[in-house]
Formats: sequence, C-alpha cells, structure tokens
Amino acid sequence: MSDLAASMSGICKSFSGVRVLDSVDFELRKGEIHALVGGNGAGKSTLMKILVGVYSLDEGTFEVDGREVHFTSSHDARDAGVGMVFQEFSLIPQLTVAQNIFLTREPTSAGLISDAEMVRRSREIFETMRVDIDPHKAIEDLPTAYWQLTEIAKALSQDARVLIFDEPTTALAKTETQDLFELMRRLKDQGISIVYISHRMEEVFEICDRITVLRDGQIATTQDTADLTMADVIGAIVGRTMEHAMEWQEREVGDEVVLEARKLNAGDRLRDVDIYLRRGEVLGLAGLMGSGRTELARALFGIDHVDSGDVLLNGKKRSIKSPGAAIDAGIALIPEDRRVQGLVLDHAIRDNIVLPLLERISRAGFVDDGKGDSTTREAVSRLDIVARSIKQAVKELSGGNQQKVVIAKWLGMDPQILIMDEPTAGVDIGTKVEIVRIIRQFADAGGSVIMISSELPELLAVSDRLLILRDGHVESEIDRREIKREEELHHAVQGINA
Amino acid sequence: MTTRIAQAARAFDWRQNIIYIGFVLVFLFFAVTLEDRGFLTDRNLTNVIRQTATITVMAVAMTFVIGAAQIDLSVGSTVGLASVTTAMAISQFGVPIGIVVGLATGLIVGAANGVLVAYVAIPSFLVTLGMLGIAHGSAMWITDTAPQPIRDDTFNNLFGSGDIGPVPSLVFWTIVAVIIGHIVLKKTGYGRRVLATGGNPVAARFSGVDTKKITFAVLTVMGVVAAFAGMLLAGRLQSGRYTFGEGFELSVIAAVILGGTSLFGGRATVIGTVLGSLMIGLINNGLTLMGMESSQQQIVRGAIIILAVALARR
Repeated sequence: MSDLAASMSGICKSFSGVRVLDSVDFELRKGEIHALVGGNGAGKSTLMKILVGVYSLDEGTFEVDGREVHFTSSHDARDAGVGMVFQEFSLIPQLTVAQNIFLTREPTSAGLISDAEMVRRSREIFETMRVDIDPHKAIEDLPTAYWQLTEIAKALSQDARVLIFDEPTTALAKTETQDLFELMRRLKDQGISIVYISHRMEEVFEICDRITVLRDGQIATTQDTADLTMADVIGAIVGRTMEHAMEWQEREVGDEVVLEARKLNAGDRLRDVDIYLRRGEVLGLAGLMGSGRTELARALFGIDHVDSGDVLLNGKKRSIKSPGAAIDAGIALIPEDRRVQGLVLDHAIRDNIVLPLLERISRAGFVDDGKGDSTTREAVSRLDIVARSIKQAVKELSGGNQQKVVIAKWLGMDPQILIMDEPTAGVDIGTKVEIVRIIRQFADAGGSVIMISSELPELLAVSDRLLILRDGHVESEIDRREIKREEELHHAVQGINA
Repeated sequence: MTTRIAQAARAFDWRQNIIYIGFVLVFLFFAVTLEDRGFLTDRNLTNVIRQTATITVMAVAMTFVIGAAQIDLSVGSTVGLASVTTAMAISQFGVPIGIVVGLATGLIVGAANGVLVAYVAIPSFLVTLGMLGIAHGSAMWITDTAPQPIRDDTFNNLFGSGDIGPVPSLVFWTIVAVIIGHIVLKKTGYGRRVLATGGNPVAARFSGVDTKKITFAVLTVMGVVAAFAGMLLAGRLQSGRYTFGEGFELSVIAAVILGGTSLFGGRATVIGTVLGSLMIGLINNGLTLMGMESSQQQIVRGAIIILAVALARR
C-alpha cells in the first residue's frame, strides 16, 4: 500500500513539435486537496488530461495507487478510479439525475433497466455526499449548481478515488461555493484525493492542502499551502520569462473622450458600469471570468441589450441596439471565440474580411469584387497572414492566422473604437507579439482600444489605463504608470491588498 | 504544360462539381441509348425544360432558403393554393388582378413562415410543415375541391402555354429566374449575407448582419416565387386546382441538394441547382422514352438521387 493516490514522474508531452510538458513530477497524496495553478498555456489541462487518459504521454511513468498504469482512454482511467468533474458539464439535460449518473452502466434486472435500483443507488450516493437532490428530476429542471453535484455523484458511483475539479466555482454563487467546499472536505475525510484547478487564489488558499505551480510546462514549485503566501504563488506563476518579449512603453494620450458609458445595467451581468475611453488610448479590462468584461464588450457592441444607462460617442448620446448600429458608429468587436463568433469557417478569407464592409464596397446592392479583393490583399499583407490565396477557406488556416483574419476583418472598416476580447487566446507566442504590435500601431494612429485579456503580461504591455471588474461592476481604476510589477495587477484582480 | 493540367486536375474538386459530371453522363447515356427515339430532338429537349420549369423556378428561391440554413416544406401546397386563388380572381376580376392576387397569396404564406421562423424562433422545418397543411387545406376549402378553369388566353399564353417572342413562355420564365437568382446570389450584398447567415449565424450577427431579417427575407421570397410557380402551372394546365404542386417540395429540395448546395447552409449555387433540376427532368424524360412505367421510374429516380447526393460534398 502506498500513501500516494497517484504519482507521475518525468512526464513529457509535445504537440506538433512544441513541448507542452517538460519532465513534470506530480504527486497526489491520499486524502488531500491539491491545487494546480498556472497561467494559460502553462500545461495544467494537458497534465490533467494525461491523468484521466484523454492524452497519452510521450515519456515518463505514471502510477495510480502504487500500480503503474498505461491509460489508453478515459475509460481505463475511470476503471482505475480517476474521475474528472468537467468544466463544461457532460450531462444530458433531458435525462433524469439518476439516468445521468448511471448512463451506459445502468443496473439491470432480467435484462431490463431497473429504474428503482438506479434511483436507490443514486439516493445512497447523495446521502454520503449529504446533499438533497431528487434523482427523478430531469437535469434541465435543476439549477446549475446541482449539475455539478450530479457530476460528482457520477464520478463517485464509479468508485472514484481521485477527483479532478477544473475551475468548479466559475458558475457558482458565493454560498454555493461554500457548499461545494464543505462537500470537498467531506470527500477528503473519506480518503478521496482531489486535484483543484483554479485561477482564484483566495479559494485555493481556503481549501487546498498543497499547491503546485506550473509554468511553461515545468513545475515551478510544489509546497504545503501553510508554507506559502499568495505573493509567493503569484510570483511563481508569473516567472520572469515574458517580461522582455513584451515591455510596456509609456505613451502620450490626449484628453478627448471618444466613448463614454454611464450607469450601464444589464441584469446581474452589469451593474452601474461607468467607463470612458480617450482618443488614442488603450484601456485594459482585467477581471476574472464572469466579472463582466465580456458582458460589457457585448453591450457596447449592441449584441446584448442593456436595461438602463447611456452610451455617448464623441460627446453625443447614441443608442446602439445591434451590431449593425455599432459598426455604423465606428465600433468594432473582435469576439472571444473566433471559431464561433468571429469567422464563417467554410468561407474564403476574402468573404470573411469583407462581410462587415459589404455596404461600403457595394453600389446599388451590387458588390464590387475588385474593391473587395484589393482590400483583402492589403490586409493580408499588412498583417502577414500566411495563406495560399485570398480564396482559401479560413478553416484551413492555423489558429494564429485565423485570428489575424478576424483582426483584418475589423481593421478593414477603419473603426474609431476597437474592442478586443481575449485576442491572443490560443495563438502562438509569435502571433501574440504581432497582435501587440498591431494594437500599438492602431492606437498610435489615433484609434482607441478596449482590450480584454486574462493574460496579464500582454494586458500590461499595451494598456495605458486599466479597469478591474468584479461581479459586474468596475471595482477600481489603475493608471498603468502606477503599476511596477505584474504581481500588483494579479493582486488587484484577485481582490486582495498586498 | 502537362504539369499545369495535372495541377488543374488536382485542384478540381470533383465532389463539389459532381452535378456537372452527373449531368453530362446522364445526358450522354440517354443521347446514345435513346437516339432513335427522339431524345435529342429540339422539341424533346425544349419539353424537358418546359416540364421542369415550375420546379426550376422554385429551386432557385429554395437555393437561398437552404443556403441560409433553413428549409421550406410548404412550397408544393403554396403552388396549389396560388393556382386556385389566381384562377378564381381571374374569372371574377380579370387577369391583372388575378396576377396580383396570386402573388399576394404567396406573399402572405411566405411572410407568415418568415415571421414565425425569424422572429418567433420556431424551427423552419416545423413552421413550414404546418403551413403545408394550412395552405393545402385552404385551397381545398375555398374551391370545395373543384377545379377552377382559366379561360383567358392572354394569361395562359403568358404563363404556361404560349411563346414570348421566339421562346416558349415557360423557358423564358425559367431563364429569367435563373439569371436573377444567380446574380443576386453571387453579386449582391444580400446574397453574401444569406450565405454568411447559413454558414455561421453567430459570426454573421457579430459582423453586423441582421440575420433575422435575412431569414425572414429568404422565406418570404420563397413564398412569392412558389406562388409564381403555381401561376406557371395554372397557365400550362389552363386551370387551378388544390392538388397542383403536391409533392413538389421533395423535387425542389432534391434539385437544390443535387446541385451542390449544402443542406447545412453556407454554400449554395444557382447554376448547380438548375442543372440539378434539369437532371431530374432528363431522367424522367429518358425513362419515359425507354418505356418504363411510372412506378419503375420513381424507383430509378430515387436511386439516382441517393447515389448522386452520396457522391457529392454535402
């Protein structure tokens, strides 16, 4: 018997030649809650996907409960007692709680599924979890907090000894988070080991026994929570590698306000949000997921309706009720999900780039393809988009080039205000640097930018001023010049005074 | 030179162009096997176009509907309904008002489909399935299931039986519909927005396309065009009847998909649609000349459609 629930040593993993994990050692003790933290792309989810059998490992060894394992599918992992509570829930909304828990493993009697048995065993599991859920209820009729509990019950019903939670509190309210933590402590007392992935430092420090920080595919540190301060952890997450690649340059910004929003309210997503944006300024919006950053961008671009509040453009009140109206007002939005919101993947680069410009390159409804082609060619060469031809389908391009097509599409309309929501998500470091360059050029030419990013180094690289959002409202405003170290912004985003 | 040809051959996406290949093959097959039975005569080939005219005209509009990732199952019964409203209005008020009433019938049906799909957000499959019954039932009800003769020669000549200049009127209207459809799809902002809406409605909305308006427009135009097709059929048969157009929706959708328009939207071609429609017409015509019974024809036609769609890029 080993006192380790799982241990991984010397784990290496590469994707198309890029090393994502480099000799990683990770140990999970029995009955501990172990935090796994790190920036985006640090390798957290790759490591966990190896643990649950979704990815195979290139090098290294891997033991569960003292026995070496070679998972070839998530099925193998489940059989070995490793379960994942999915961030995007893996439940079928129309089925009942009990049906979901036992999906594909339904208890039978005389060859037929025994609903009574399924419900009885579901009740048993919920009893050990000490939560009260009616197994007869359809998932879609339950609040989302219960979905997660059902996910946990599903893992427990398979005798999971190791549970992985990936950002489990994102969709939860405060009290629900506390309930979840209570449950996690009870599971721990039953000897179950938990890996807890989160960006929220407060929660990590509240619930976890040990913390492992991953940075650029390597372990930065593994220590008991008691021996660490929040500043230590943030320091380990940040590292010192990115600082030279993206150094901030102080810029002069005029006084002319081009966009102002007063007391914007939209359900509980936005509450009394006041912002202003000056000509030539880059305004960074920082905050955790669900803090209202994306919601603000969508409201300003006319996608979501606001309940109340005014938007002023160049000092005049404007009502922007649709993306079309926003475009007419000179506002562009580079949305957070390029594949779903940004591009028609099946269509050619040219057709994507001219889509918002159709009005401008048409006469009497007829599109001037010559103009469309020349606009596209110009954008392709300005942004160094690598493609065979402007008629190539966007889906054939790499992620970085796709993102550049989205940017080209919106720069093509010469916007006055450019809103960018996570513009560097899922692109390589080279493209990231280029996107930072594009933002600076745009602002230097007199354009105004609202930049949303979870990656603080790039937010710090381009912003002149930063707003910290939390729970749908503006928590604080920081002049970029006052920030000396990235840690300070981390602390502000986490809502702690260091 | 040879490498150039080899390159071109590789670049040629035969799956996307299956309709052109299929069309030529079917044509050649009948031309050879049925040469002595008059397949290649001008009269026979003109007849094929005339017989497929109602389907072709509707298929052009359906290309936009399917291109926008919607479907319209009510077109067949709209044909029947418009044929009787037109015939009844002509006998009461004369030809001009008859034409207006016929087109208005389609406008009402199409706009009702459009509002329900675009603004009430009911899937088009369900809305138009319901509308199929409503239009069919209305046509039966207002005529008491009796055929409505049209005795006005001007109307009959203009829409179905006669010639316009040197060309048969059905051929004329087919050509008009195809030219307008092709240009609108390929050369106007509207056409691009239709395809963007079908290709990715979320991205289209984020790009400033009013996707609801586009959805409403394609279905409304479809209704009007189906009514126009109903008038063509009424002109050809010199009467209106509620049974006209029954089952046409299947031929129309088959023609569009055979032509290479994606059933999931975003990719559409009017020229392909026309060839798809003509190919179905050729097959019907060829099989008849071969002496097959209608029952056998249906089986062969069904098999050819499945084969062609299986080979095509969907």
